[in-house]
Amino acid sequence: MLAAAGVLPAGAMALPPAAPFAAADPAYRMRFPHDHGSHPDFRIEWWYITGWLRTRDREDCGFQVTFFRVRPPSQVANPSRFNPEHIIIAHAAVSDRRLGKLRHVQRAARQGFGLAGSDTGNTRVWIDRWQLLRDGPLYRCWIGNRDLALDLVLETRQTPLLQGTDGYSRKGPEAGSASHYYSLPQLRASGRIRIDKTAREVEGEAWLDHEWSSSLLEPDAEGWDWIGINLADGGALMAFRMRNRRGGTLWAGGSWRDASGSVTGFRPDQIRFTPLRRWRSPLTGAEYPVSFEVLAGPLRLRLEPLMDDQENDTRATTGAVYWEGAVRALGDKREIGRGYLELTGYLRPLQI
Amino acid sequence: MIRALWQALVGSSLRAQPGRTLLATLAIAAGIALGYSVHLLNASADAEFRRAALQLSGEAELLVRGPRQGFDEQLYPQIATLDGIAIASPVLEFQASRDAGNAPLRIIGIDALRARELQPALVAGQSLPAAGLFEPDSIILSAAAARSHGVAAGDLLDFRAGTVTVALRVAAVLPDGSYRQPLGIMDIAAAQWRFGMTGVLHRIDIRLDGEVAAAAVQKSISALLPEGVELLTPEAENLRSAALTRAYRTNLDMLALIALFTGAFLVYSTQTLSMLRRRSQVALMRALGAPRGTVLGVLLAEGTLIGAAGAVIGIAGGFVLARQLLASVGMDLGAGYFRNLQAALHPEPAAALFFLLLGPLFALGGTLAPAIEIAGMPAARGLRAGDPDERVSAFPALAGVAAIGSAAMLLWAAPSTGLPLHGHAAIALLLAGATLAFPPAAIRLLKLARLPLPLPHALSLARLLATPRLTAIGMSSILVSFSLVVSMLLMIHSFRTSLDAWLDQVLPADIYVRAGGGGETAFLSGREQQRIASIPQLLRVEFLRSRSLLLLPGRPPVTLIARDPGVDGFSRSLPLVGAPAAPGADGPPAVWISELVADVLALQPGDPIRLPLGMQPQIFAVGGIWRDYARQNGAVVMDLADYRRITGDQTVNDVAAWLAPDARVTEISGLIRAAADDGSALEITATADLRRLSLDIFDRSFAVTWALQAAALCIGLLGVWLAFNAQALSRRREFGMLRHLGLTRREISVMLGVEGALGAAIGAACGMVAGGLIGLILIRVINRQSFHWSMDLAVPWLPLAALFTGIILCAAVAACAGAAMATRQEMTRAVREDW
Repeated sequence: MLAAAGVLPAGAMALPPAAPFAAADPAYRMRFPHDHGSHPDFRIEWWYITGWLRTRDREDCGFQVTFFRVRPPSQVANPSRFNPEHIIIAHAAVSDRRLGKLRHVQRAARQGFGLAGSDTGNTRVWIDRWQLLRDGPLYRCWIGNRDLALDLVLETRQTPLLQGTDGYSRKGPEAGSASHYYSLPQLRASGRIRIDKTAREVEGEAWLDHEWSSSLLEPDAEGWDWIGINLADGGALMAFRMRNRRGGTLWAGGSWRDASGSVTGFRPDQIRFTPLRRWRSPLTGAEYPVSFEVLAGPLRLRLEPLMDDQENDTRATTGAVYWEGAVRALGDKREIGRGYLELTGYLRPLQI
Repeated sequence: MIRALWQALVGSSLRAQPGRTLLATLAIAAGIALGYSVHLLNASADAEFRRAALQLSGEAELLVRGPRQGFDEQLYPQIATLDGIAIASPVLEFQASRDAGNAPLRIIGIDALRARELQPALVAGQSLPAAGLFEPDSIILSAAAARSHGVAAGDLLDFRAGTVTVALRVAAVLPDGSYRQPLGIMDIAAAQWRFGMTGVLHRIDIRLDGEVAAAAVQKSISALLPEGVELLTPEAENLRSAALTRAYRTNLDMLALIALFTGAFLVYSTQTLSMLRRRSQVALMRALGAPRGTVLGVLLAEGTLIGAAGAVIGIAGGFVLARQLLASVGMDLGAGYFRNLQAALHPEPAAALFFLLLGPLFALGGTLAPAIEIAGMPAARGLRAGDPDERVSAFPALAGVAAIGSAAMLLWAAPSTGLPLHGHAAIALLLAGATLAFPPAAIRLLKLARLPLPLPHALSLARLLATPRLTAIGMSSILVSFSLVVSMLLMIHSFRTSLDAWLDQVLPADIYVRAGGGGETAFLSGREQQRIASIPQLLRVEFLRSRSLLLLPGRPPVTLIARDPGVDGFSRSLPLVGAPAAPGADGPPAVWISELVADVLALQPGDPIRLPLGMQPQIFAVGGIWRDYARQNGAVVMDLADYRRITGDQTVNDVAAWLAPDARVTEISGLIRAAADDGSALEITATADLRRLSLDIFDRSFAVTWALQAAALCIGLLGVWLAFNAQALSRRREFGMLRHLGLTRREISVMLGVEGALGAAIGAACGMVAGGLIGLILIRVINRQSFHWSMDLAVPWLPLAALFTGIILCAAVAACAGAAMATRQEMTRAVREDW
């Protein structure tokens, strides 16, 4: 999940409107590979890959690659081929412990002319030469510029984990606030990462979220806390909570696939996020709870970040500042999994 | 000793004649003030242009630019996907028409997501609210645009696309610093759609990724470009926008330098006179043992000081003058080149220093020759009273003849295009040569002529001829200033007369209708044309479509004018220069090119010419060459029927209409407005008004040259006054003698007045000849090369005669006044003086 689309303005006008956005439907049944592809009728959609990578000299780093497809709210039947029907946004970050903060690249472009877009039917989403492409069991991902480049292959080893009820994931108490959402945990990642001029071979484990919606955030929502953890035993845990503007929990959800493959969904009252330690960003002044105790049904785990400063400033493309970083999941003192923690809306309430 | 010398030579002179030193200082100051202010305005306009262009191109390393009607947007993905391209940012750029009476606004349509990488000042950062970037009814204005159109954020602003109104909401106003010129920014999709330009781009800004050699990328881009679309660097783009006004600005700079030159010449003549006057003091000092070098040094120091003081006053005055001019007539000095340019003065220390140094330098130059002569004069001769040395060396006259000869050679060798630096150099040489050679030549001629004159007048003439050196100095300042004024008068008068005749020929109809108040987005559709053509009170209508073509490499686009040929065809209706080509039976269709196009492409009537029109470049034949004073970047005229056949474009911008004999303009205007979809968008002008407007613009653009001429004339008259006044005073002894011989004071005054008038007449006559020659260079060389337009020579006899008389009168009065002062003394004292 992610923070998206601060580029999108609001406002009405007296120009011919285009078709309204589609709404998430609890009766919808996902089918693959069709649902790996884009869902252009929905306002917002993302393919979100996170994971832990190791270099040859056993150094750990976290990485995140996200491709968004968003539609500006004021859609008009403009015959121009530049009509901004869809905006594609991509960013990537690497948690480099030597640097002590994130390395980060981002780009946004309107869909069209073959220069940026997202295919239906299977995963292909791209901006210029940056792209994420699904090719059988493999995802190929290339993103980068002069400062940072990731060239990764992600191998699918498990079936899609449908979140919520058959992939219909509620995000708040109101009936309409929901998304279609599945995850691909336990991906095997391999490839190369280049930071400045230094390229290194890497391999590790990753997690892919694919989610699409037209109404995600309720007016009262301030932001969310989210985790996606690849458990050491081959299982996977996803949990999130939407926070309201008073700091309380507006909604929560999650699911756990155990080592045997059986899936448990959690009701809002089965999830609890308890902050253990906070870190204040010297750059933006935002304060993030970078360590949590998470209760999810029968599971209890403590999250410890790879490093404290994993703040991500994407105001230039999505308009959001958030914390998004690699975390270890600890059971009773023992590491039971690794994954990613995302904290949004801590600088100011998130807007989509 | 130096101090004593200074006291004796400089201090005493300053005390005795403070006014004269002050005048010399002021003359230098006036020249420098004029030169510096014109330069300051020019340099500031240039800096403003560059700054605006740089902000617009931002961090782009290359630009692909097409003509005003744009190029196919498919070029954008083709270029964006080339190897070596980091960012390609598509841009739509046009002058959006507003209602008649409102100036058009320059709008750029951009893809903010691409442009913010290249134009961060305009697009990215906190300065620009995200809102509005994708809104189809939004426009973001620069602060200057908001001011000049009187709107604020949230207001609606109406534009014309065709004859349809496009209302845009001002989503935001950029802070003052982001872009100083009037500009509107829209989403590219909204701009394409709302202004009827879907499928078209005007520019692609490019940044390279640095991984492929720039030359290789340029090559692969160039291979994709259709005819009429160019690949440029931002620097080349800047140069091109500056090229538009470069010629005009060079001309002004040169005029300012001539004013400076005139001022310097005045210093030369006052210094020479003041040296001659002090020759006995100098001789005394030398006799008392002052070394020659020290005397020379003191004299030169005096000249340098005068120059330096003049320069300081001149720089300050120049700055104030520039500010006044900027406030009253604008940065282009009223010429209308950058009507919308918002500008402030950008004084550069280097330029100020240059002009500051010119003062002492010119003054030193003016002092050098007389100072060397006096300091080196044997003391015994200097102490003897009497007229200064009047032996005339032939050298200056010969040098003058040589300078005039070189001027002729330069003109002969001058290239036909580019900046007319040859022409300016030739003018400078001609001026210098005339100053050196003409007065001695005139004196020699007068000597040969032996005019029979009554006694006092014969005396005057004899005196003039006997003191050729003094006479020459007095004449020269008249010559310099008068020749400048004569040349400008001649050029401007010829230009205005030619323009007047030209307007008659290009505006044959009774009224002219234009869609929208200028700008590029308004036009009349085929249906509207039909309705206008069928108005019964109109005897005849002609339609005109104008658009731009990138035809000349490295120059701004030329204007393509497609219009009805008129009853007699283009060879009659266009103001042709030279004969048209013989019409071929089945050759390619004819187009008619303006002089600029003919000059740059070196074309003659009958030659083939390729125009990037429609999908494929088309071959045409040059039907003839015509004179165009209206479009400074060149123009090509073709038959509207040919244009429509090739492009399929049925729209027009302008209509020329002939009224039935009893029809009234107001009534017809109403009918025409009713025939358009939105009549209020039309600008309808009667031909008389259009003519008057054109001539007004012409006069305004030459307003500043009048000021320069007036200044030159004043400096010249000052020189005359000084010269004759000084002479009168230095000849007190002679006058005393004459009075002893029985002449009355009145007769002496008359004699001196006639002397002055004669001297001035000779100087003015020389100036007339030199000015006539310079005027011819201005007309035939400088204007032709700067602006590529020819004009017919027309001599403004009446103003010239008035000027001529005025100068002679002024000189006579100056001399009489001097004589009156000089003869006020008693005769005996006057005769005794100096013995």
